[in-house]
Amino acid sequence: MIEIKQLAKKFAVENPKKLSEQEKKDPRLKGRFFHSVQDVSFTCQKGEVLGLLGPNGAGKTTTLRMLSTALKPDGGSVEIDGDNVLANPVIARKKIGFLSGSTGLYGRLTGRENIHYFGQLHGMSEETIASRIKELADLLDMHNFLDRRSENFSTGMKQKTAIARAVVHSPELVILDEPTTGLDIMATQTVLEFIRGLKEQGTPVIFSTHHLDEVEELCDKVTVIDQGLTMFDGDIASFKALAEGSLHQSFMAAIQSTTSE
Amino acid sequence: MWLVFKKEIKELLRDRKTLFFMIALPLLIFPLIFAVVGFVSKQAIDKAETQVLNYALIGGQYAPDIVEELQQPDKFNLVKIAENADFSSIIRNDIVDFVLEIPENYSSDVLTNGQANIKLHFNDAGLNLVYRRVNEIVKSQSELFQQSAFSDLGLDEAKQSALIEPIVLEKVNTADDRENWGEKIGGMLPYLLFIICLTGAMAPATDIGAGEKERGTLETLLISPIDRNKIVMGKFLTIAFAGTMTALITVASMVIWGLVLSQGMAIKFVADFMAQIAMIDFLLIFLMLVPVVAIFSAILLSISIYAKSFKEAQSYMGPMTILVIVPIMIALLPGVELKGAWAWVPVTNVSLAMKELVKGTMDYYQLFAIFGSTVIIAGALFAFCVYWFNQEKVLFR
Repeated sequence: MIEIKQLAKKFAVENPKKLSEQEKKDPRLKGRFFHSVQDVSFTCQKGEVLGLLGPNGAGKTTTLRMLSTALKPDGGSVEIDGDNVLANPVIARKKIGFLSGSTGLYGRLTGRENIHYFGQLHGMSEETIASRIKELADLLDMHNFLDRRSENFSTGMKQKTAIARAVVHSPELVILDEPTTGLDIMATQTVLEFIRGLKEQGTPVIFSTHHLDEVEELCDKVTVIDQGLTMFDGDIASFKALAEGSLHQSFMAAIQSTTSE
Repeated sequence: MWLVFKKEIKELLRDRKTLFFMIALPLLIFPLIFAVVGFVSKQAIDKAETQVLNYALIGGQYAPDIVEELQQPDKFNLVKIAENADFSSIIRNDIVDFVLEIPENYSSDVLTNGQANIKLHFNDAGLNLVYRRVNEIVKSQSELFQQSAFSDLGLDEAKQSALIEPIVLEKVNTADDRENWGEKIGGMLPYLLFIICLTGAMAPATDIGAGEKERGTLETLLISPIDRNKIVMGKFLTIAFAGTMTALITVASMVIWGLVLSQGMAIKFVADFMAQIAMIDFLLIFLMLVPVVAIFSAILLSISIYAKSFKEAQSYMGPMTILVIVPIMIALLPGVELKGAWAWVPVTNVSLAMKELVKGTMDYYQLFAIFGSTVIIAGALFAFCVYWFNQEKVLFR
């Protein structure tokens, strides 16, 4: 189980004069710091898929980066099965698989070598890596391009390789940052299939997205954040109940319920 | 750490462009430069030597011997010019190559007529052998006159040479050949080695830091369960390795091609010179490179990690080449020696030490100062790299 409590992160503003008008109006700008994430809390149980929603600049990526230990939070706590991620980032990293929409591959290595390298970094043995790659290649249908240099891959091939690399160490939690942004329909489908597969295995998935149809299709839980604050945190049914009609309405309602305060 | 190193090297080896700059360029460029320069200059000299020179003669009647010597149709060609012609304009207009003006007092009887002052008008800008070729003729005449004058005076050979040069200041050089040439060659060596090291390390450095950011692989690497300082170490070693290899390949190619292409005399000189330098000194020269490469790599890696893209990294690294030249130039200044404080100045001390090693006058105790100071600086820079690699504002700019 993953429990995130009152996560907060601020960034120092190098030159306040350079900020755009819009950025200056943002209430998160306090003095020389921009409080990107102020108070985000949510939980995710085993086997659950959690959709993280929010407008651009809401703090989704920052939140997920903190979860994945790439960034250190200024406040709050992240616990995976009772282990404090912040106190022990290296252990936590072994439990987490992370993939973002902008992740790239090492172009001059083949697909297999890309995956292999991260397997090694996770301290896996050669045999385990080999069998795991085979397993993932079967699952994602990658055999026909696995041994080619990844610089010539299509977007779909790249995404498949990136997925395989992210989960080569069989993580206990998978975090995906806008995994479908910029992908074509086929590649998107691959990602969604994959999330579904993880769900069946009971691996919790946290992913951020702008596509509400993905949320409706996959998610058990929804968390909406805006301006660095949790606006909604609950299961999909109560999210739908926020407003009549489509999920879009619910989303708008979730954001407005607090912007009007 | 070795994992990161191995993977980076693998990637590096597959990058044709980088490899080309690292290996092929130094291997091919030196023979090419040697060959082109050698060919062109040989052509030019040959041409100047065999070219038929057009000349005009003033006062030829006073010096029949010279006129006779000049009558070699395959070498000189007499051109008639107007009596009041302007020499510089006819030379500029390529009517003649030179004008020889012989004075009235020209005579074989030097003792009576005194020194004769022959004027050679020609354009001495650019490569030409006019002076040399005319001088050959004039000089032989001059010597003949000298001889006849001496015999008229009835001087023996000892007196003759005493008269020609009453006092001789003889140079007795206590420096042997090695020291002599070592000062010159040894001073140039660091220029070449350092700059090549730096350029060789630059390409992989850009790729390893900024490239990783640009391709979006950095984030994934950062959240894999490996200590940041191990990542830094692996990357650092790759850059250092690339730099050293480039320098090694270049020097090897230079030596080999230099030996192959230099002919006769030069090859013996090079071989003799090399033979005088002990193996241990060669080894030390390359060992000297290690701390310098460490400093370069640490700086390059910090720059590369800070930069957002290839382009940014490259524009930051450009000025480094110029900065590196400064301490090497200091080492070439007179009075700057491998002693006291200078032994502690990074880069400068290594270039000084390289010079000393080539000259064979190395004070080996200074090695402590050199390694001491460079290890401290490289260590500090490396620590900075690690610190840099843990800074969110650097990694996620």
